Amino acid sequence: MRISRLLAALFAALLIAAGAAWAETVKVGVILPYSGPNAQLGQQVDRGFELYQKLHAKGTGGHKIEIIKRDSTGPKADVAKRLATELITRDKIDILAGVVYSNNAFAISDVTRKAKVPFLIMNAGTSAITTRSPYTARVSFTMWQAAYPLGKHAYEKMNIRTAAVAYANYSPGKDSKTAFTKAFTAAGGKVVADIPFPFPKIPDFTPFLQSVKDAKPDALYVFIPAGKWATGVMKTYDDLGMRAAGIELIGPGDITQDSELPNMGEVPLGVVTMHHYSAAADRAENKAFVKAWKEAYGADSTPDFFSVQGWDGMAAIHEVVRRLNGEIDADKALAVWKGWKFASPRGPIMIDPETRDIVQNQYLRKVEKRGGALANIETDTLEMVKDPWKELENKK
Amino acid sequence: MEQPAYQNPLRTGAMRPAELLPWLAAGSGFFLFPDYLQLGAQILIMVLFAMSLDMILGYAGIVSLGHAALFGTGAYTAGILSAHIGWSEPLSGLVIAGLVAGVVGLVCGAVILYTRGLTLLMLTLAVTILLQELANEQEHWTGGDDGLQGVVMQPLFGVFEFDLYGRTAYLYALAVLFVVFLAARAIVNSSFGQSLRGIRENERRMHAIGCPVYRQMLRAYTIAAVMAGVAGALLAQTTEFVALDVLSFERSGDVMIMLILGGTGRLYGAFIGAPLYMILQDQLAKLSPEYWLFGIGALLVATILYAPEGMLGLAERLRAWVRREDS
Repeated sequence: MRISRLLAALFAALLIAAGAAWAETVKVGVILPYSGPNAQLGQQVDRGFELYQKLHAKGTGGHKIEIIKRDSTGPKADVAKRLATELITRDKIDILAGVVYSNNAFAISDVTRKAKVPFLIMNAGTSAITTRSPYTARVSFTMWQAAYPLGKHAYEKMNIRTAAVAYANYSPGKDSKTAFTKAFTAAGGKVVADIPFPFPKIPDFTPFLQSVKDAKPDALYVFIPAGKWATGVMKTYDDLGMRAAGIELIGPGDITQDSELPNMGEVPLGVVTMHHYSAAADRAENKAFVKAWKEAYGADSTPDFFSVQGWDGMAAIHEVVRRLNGEIDADKALAVWKGWKFASPRGPIMIDPETRDIVQNQYLRKVEKRGGALANIETDTLEMVKDPWKELENKK
Repeated sequence: MEQPAYQNPLRTGAMRPAELLPWLAAGSGFFLFPDYLQLGAQILIMVLFAMSLDMILGYAGIVSLGHAALFGTGAYTAGILSAHIGWSEPLSGLVIAGLVAGVVGLVCGAVILYTRGLTLLMLTLAVTILLQELANEQEHWTGGDDGLQGVVMQPLFGVFEFDLYGRTAYLYALAVLFVVFLAARAIVNSSFGQSLRGIRENERRMHAIGCPVYRQMLRAYTIAAVMAGVAGALLAQTTEFVALDVLSFERSGDVMIMLILGGTGRLYGAFIGAPLYMILQDQLAKLSPEYWLFGIGALLVATILYAPEGMLGLAERLRAWVRREDS
């Protein structure tokens, strides 16, 4: 009797010990701008993946995810590269994630390729980034996904014949401009002014936009890295009376970032953008996401495309942790991500097994007033768009 | 007429035991903190850079807010040599970068050293901004804001590869720092170094006793430029990357803060200030990714209020105070 009880206790103890041994801790390093003028972008991504983590604590198959956060301080490639190296050599992370700026992502790719660490991009959108390391996958977007179809749409549906292009002068800016110009001119349009904004400090936009106004195009296409940049462009567009002069403002969704709209007054009303996410979308997944967001971060807070990328990114990390049973290996992790499908608040998404880049819907949106506040209202959908740049490169 | 006694710069002053301390610390750091060698290498590089600023600020009294111009010149030279020309041998790259920075320093110095005070300060700043804009414009060569990609270093002496953990980088930086330090120490202890201190203390009197002030200052500026260029090249080679940030005003400011934190005009100030500043920055940023800048700010205010002559100045004051108590 006594012995059997002892045995039972021993058995139970063994079970507990074994259970503890099965539960692995997976270390995920996250590099985002947490300080300075761009901290808002980092915060949106951070809140996105934290929220997913909180609501799906059981989605990892019993394994623990330890998140180690580092501040990139902004678009500073040298800092990003150093942080990535330290996360890998000192903190022994299993997966690297985050990264808002493309120049940072390029620099980090050198490290993750050498160290064979899976790198999950939660924003940086320059198309070529994913080609720099076979261990990189992207859950955000590519510049070409929005800019290229918008170029065609602008000519064919919006009756725009001449356009000026203005962009933050770094790799995604050039990517976005090239994509738009290519599609727009192929359709028959003409680009009459090509204006790079100095980067990385937010400039005074007046002289740049004044020269656009003087060129009298039908539309102004702008790419800037969201946040305060977007508000700056919007304000100057209004100050110079460009709408009254008949110049329409178009671009990817960075210029009407959902969380920045409340700071823009009435100016964005009617602005047409192409993008992969709007907080105002009517999908069930999105409604649940926005509701959870407001419960967690307050009714005044709005998720935007950064948030949804963080959310989806954490879902992709959970998938890998669960499927690999907590033991992360770069090749196996990428094998899990290749072809991974997820019902995101932005609609269905998939990681292209060939390119490790995201495949997702692109939505045509117009800024309208809804419930007293501005919102990006989706008017049309292009389904499951692959990165056009890679498609064109493959054809060569 | 009696000539001032010529001192052989290499024979002045044997090393005192205390002077060995930082080198022992740096050497043992290699074994004690194997996971921190990347940061360690960057600290050693900033020590070298701060020492270079000390040559002109601490010894010759030239206040410069544009020392990054020379650092960046060295970094881009070494980077472009590897990324575009395919010259990836580290040691020769280092020498070339130092020389190029020296030439830039000589040319800039020749112009700006005619001025003094605020004008000089503004000119050093202007040179940096011009160079940064140039690097930004010449995207083909520098990669612009995306940074210079494709810098790959050959193994040191053909044997030691630059590894992810920074072992080679650390020892390489330490060896270069030691060699440059010996040279700098000899220079500041020579009669030339004495004349620089003279200029710093009283320029008019130096004119009066027949010292070629302009030439001595230009010489000091050029030497400091070579040192800064070598530091920049070390950064480019050990991180295999160059960003526009190497030419930024912030970098000029950072290095000045490090030097002031450690103490100017002592050569060893750099050995205290750079590690202190960078380790604090590293730890605070880890502690709080959002608010770490506040900690750095508080430290600076405290330093200016309580140790205006830097940590070495503070140590000296303490020592003097202890002695007074003793007697």
